[in-house]
Amino acid sequence: MTYNLQPKMIEIKELYKSFGNNQVLNGVNLNINKGETIVILGRSGCGKSVLLKHIIGLMRPDKGKIFIDGEEITAYNDEKLYHLRKRFGMLFQGSALFDSMTVEENVGLGLTEHTRLGKERIGEVVKEKLRLVGMAGVEDLKPAELSGGMKKRVGLARAIAMDPEFVLYDEPTTGLDPIMADVINELIISLRNTLSITSIAVTHDIVSAYKIADRIAMLYEGKIVFTGTPEETKNTTDPVVRQFIEGSSEGPIPTLT
Amino acid sequence: MFKMKNPFRVVGRKTTLFFEDIGGFSFLIKNILLSLPGSFKRFHLIVEQMLYMGVNSLPLILVTSIFTGGVASVQAAYMFSDYVPMRYLGTAVGKSVIMELGPVLTALVVAGRVGASIAAELGTMKVTEQIDALETLALDPVKYLVTPRFVSGIIMLPVLTVFSDFIAILGGLLVSVVFLNVSSYTFLNGLKLFFHMRDLWAGLLKALVFGGIITLVGCYQGFKTEGGAEGVGRSTTRAVVLASVMILITDYILASFLFGT
Repeated sequence: MTYNLQPKMIEIKELYKSFGNNQVLNGVNLNINKGETIVILGRSGCGKSVLLKHIIGLMRPDKGKIFIDGEEITAYNDEKLYHLRKRFGMLFQGSALFDSMTVEENVGLGLTEHTRLGKERIGEVVKEKLRLVGMAGVEDLKPAELSGGMKKRVGLARAIAMDPEFVLYDEPTTGLDPIMADVINELIISLRNTLSITSIAVTHDIVSAYKIADRIAMLYEGKIVFTGTPEETKNTTDPVVRQFIEGSSEGPIPTLT
Repeated sequence: MFKMKNPFRVVGRKTTLFFEDIGGFSFLIKNILLSLPGSFKRFHLIVEQMLYMGVNSLPLILVTSIFTGGVASVQAAYMFSDYVPMRYLGTAVGKSVIMELGPVLTALVVAGRVGASIAAELGTMKVTEQIDALETLALDPVKYLVTPRFVSGIIMLPVLTVFSDFIAILGGLLVSVVFLNVSSYTFLNGLKLFFHMRDLWAGLLKALVFGGIITLVGCYQGFKTEGGAEGVGRSTTRAVVLASVMILITDYILASFLFGT
């Protein structure tokens, strides 16, 4: 397991977060290595998206710390957070494209606001990113004119427009047909291979998880209860993980919530 | 079935929510003020909002203003009928429109149209995670979405109020001449008689403050939205109600300050 010897990029330590009476994160510990694709599995509503949002500072924990490259980002003020976010790209579950802008304006927004590149140059970069995700030619369309799969891919183009080190995926394949889901999976894999991006995905789509992950982690009752390679996941004897990956309504995980 | 909630709980909850909102509002105002200098770099965003507000509100304001002026005339004439000479009708209509009816009714109309639409637009963005998406792109939602609307509000409301004042006085004049047997000469003389520029400035200052209130409340409620389409509907309603109440309360405070002894 060579990953243990490489410098850790993201360390999540004893993270707690509750909303009202709902203790969503109950002491999460997780390390994410440089360059890997880690998939966090868990049931719907178990806190996967909440965990993801903590990594990029969209939410602050009640207790606990997150370190990126040794720096405690949970202690960052707003200004530092903004700088940190330039290293990240995030693909939201609903794509979250800006309705009032065209595809080109959406994908190019980061470049327009944060760089001194001219309009023409930005247009070229946008075309390139759209080509990478297989969406060349839709620059002038508005998000309302796109299908779900198209929106996801444009969202991905927007997430990678600034060449980030990390990309976060919130349920990247949920709601897509099996073929489009695999298109997205292939894109995630190719991004890792060609751009050396560290990818963190949360999903409950096990098939996709096996395909794209270097490591899989499972979030259950607010804690990470398992981490391992896809092989180790398939062969695990942990009853909670087994119940989830087999998709069984019987087992230790309660179904009457 | 209507279930009685514990009244202490309800009062307690409303009180804590109220203070939470005061805090939230103050933070929003602080963030707007901090981002003001930067927002002028994106002047096109402000202009966009100003056009939107103006185009959306002007037709409605013109219609309501004519009738506002008309009613001011009719009722002033009624109040004067026993002991005040009609040559002061223009004075009464002019002053009541410029000091109160113009700014306040324009603001209420705009709160309903623009305040609601701001809350709806930003609320929809919130529930579809577009606000989060802006933050992940290292963009400040306040600088990008709120400040242009705020600046536009404090500029446009005085502008719209000027239109409203003009049309209302015109409406008052028409009603006086056609229905109240007051000549236009008498009316206009009365209007000019005790006219002070100071009244106009005071009215426009009210409008400026109201413009800030409408946009602030709309943006705040939009950002606070939770719960999908139903939540957006709730935020929209709340934005209009809250803005309207705050306009009327602030109207009193400003009036005491501007016109009080």
